[in-house]
Amino acid sequence: MFFTQTQIVLTGTLLLGIAAGMVGTFAVLRRRALAGDVVAHSALPGLCLAFLTFQSRSMLVLLSGALLSGLLGAVTVSLLKRFTRLRDDAVQGIVLSVFYGGGIALTRSIQNTHRNDPGADLESFIIGQAATMLKGDVQQIAVVVAVTAGIVLLLFKELKLLSFDEQFCQVQGWSAMGLDILLMLLTAITVVAGLPAVGVVLTAALLIIPPAAARFWSDRLSRMMMIACAIGGTSGVTGTLLSARYDGLPTGPLIVLTSTVIFALSWVFAPHRGVLWKSRDMTDLQSFLPWVESDDTVPRAPTTLDPHVSAQEAS
Amino acid sequence: MTARTENKTSAVFDIHDMTVAYDRRPVLWNIDLTLRNPGLVAIVGPNGAGKSTMIRAAMGLVPMVSGSVSAWGSPIGRELGRIGYVPQRGSVDWDFPISVFETVLMGTYGSLGWFRHPGRVQRDLTMRCLERVGMQDYAQRQIGQLSGGQQQRVFLARALAQQAELYFMDEPMAGVDAATERVVFELLQSLSEEGRTIVVVHHDLRTVSEYFDEVVLLNVRIVASGPVDTTFTSANLQSTYGGRLSILDTMAEAVQKQTETE
Repeated sequence: MFFTQTQIVLTGTLLLGIAAGMVGTFAVLRRRALAGDVVAHSALPGLCLAFLTFQSRSMLVLLSGALLSGLLGAVTVSLLKRFTRLRDDAVQGIVLSVFYGGGIALTRSIQNTHRNDPGADLESFIIGQAATMLKGDVQQIAVVVAVTAGIVLLLFKELKLLSFDEQFCQVQGWSAMGLDILLMLLTAITVVAGLPAVGVVLTAALLIIPPAAARFWSDRLSRMMMIACAIGGTSGVTGTLLSARYDGLPTGPLIVLTSTVIFALSWVFAPHRGVLWKSRDMTDLQSFLPWVESDDTVPRAPTTLDPHVSAQEAS
Repeated sequence: MTARTENKTSAVFDIHDMTVAYDRRPVLWNIDLTLRNPGLVAIVGPNGAGKSTMIRAAMGLVPMVSGSVSAWGSPIGRELGRIGYVPQRGSVDWDFPISVFETVLMGTYGSLGWFRHPGRVQRDLTMRCLERVGMQDYAQRQIGQLSGGQQQRVFLARALAQQAELYFMDEPMAGVDAATERVVFELLQSLSEEGRTIVVVHHDLRTVSEYFDEVVLLNVRIVASGPVDTTFTSANLQSTYGGRLSILDTMAEAVQKQTETE
């Protein structure tokens, strides 16, 4: 099949948005949103070292290095948490900036020593450059997305249980730690797959913003995940198109800005959880918002909360 | 009784020499506890006595420094399929995007094992468990839209869906109104009559003798354990709560006065 460059890039960012929405939903609900950011920032030095070691710009080589150092960053976080008395955010902040600092230093030194080699421009990984994606890159992303989606769907029940009630998960005989590591691995792989397009600095946003926006629209995990995928995919496509339309604007930031606009719209307009719905003039507003269901079908805060009443009705 | 092929002489539940420490400070010390017969068992003790820690360590949620725990004569890790758990209400995020029905359905996950998704049988069981706690009309609610007592009942229904023979419940009566408390106790009573064992971390000394068969008095060590009639004595309570019991005495007197004037 023949693809134009724009179609290749669009497919790549679409798939990326979907995968990020899927994995991000669990990351956000498990309050692990920043773990993705740690992986993304920690990936940069590994990416540079892979380039220096193998003298290759093959995406697979670079991203394998990125994944390894990203995971090293994540492991460092959990080790520091165990062996120091520092809090989560402090540890994450330290690891993230140290790895990122090292990565920036490496990209600069690579650029200085490989002055005549245009392929050595690893700085494009910092904010991402979707426009240069090749068909092979997109195929690799597609494989990553398919594997991720497969695992998430296969283990949906287990991951849901883990995210909601880790202790109950463990008491039923599942290895919460094993599932946790698996989820971390899926997050890391998705983040690393997103690096070429969205960049080290912004990939985590793709993981966090779509699920956060999706939460406004649904009270069910499965639906929330589908909506997060839709928002992620839409952001990927829209950001890419905007970037192609306004020459020179980087794709990563545009994707993130698009998803942020969707987030803001969700926050304002979503039924039940949006600010407009919660405002005092809700009844007036309902006539202007045709998609809003009437209150009869969706139970709101019940007027009688006395549980005994329902118990008597039941017996 | 629901007992299977296990040795008749082995106790339902046995803790041997359990010690648990946080940051090298022991919170449980040399715990030896054997429950021979099914029934309703209360664990009482002052704040920080390690009540929750004891049941959590028994189920493997908290690492032990030393000791072993067995159920029906074999290590408890192998019997998790026959054990149910009601955690403290504050242990989960009630804003999680999940309905009452889905929450209770999670009780059936253990019997399903990896990869299999719940089907008709599990859904019917879930509905029956919801009916048993009187929450069937709330099945499609998001869990955050419930009152504290209702949330507690959802957790109980989820434990029922586990169809366990040994239950651990962490303060199922905390922060619920008197009406719900009665409903909960009726449920525990009927579970007990079905031959199950229910171990309840309990905070209300006044209701212990009314509802429970056995009591475990705990304050880092086990002060006393056994049938309520012989164990739940003021001498034992005194050594469990130390000086702090005087507050409880005053409280009990106040309650008594109140009931007399009514």
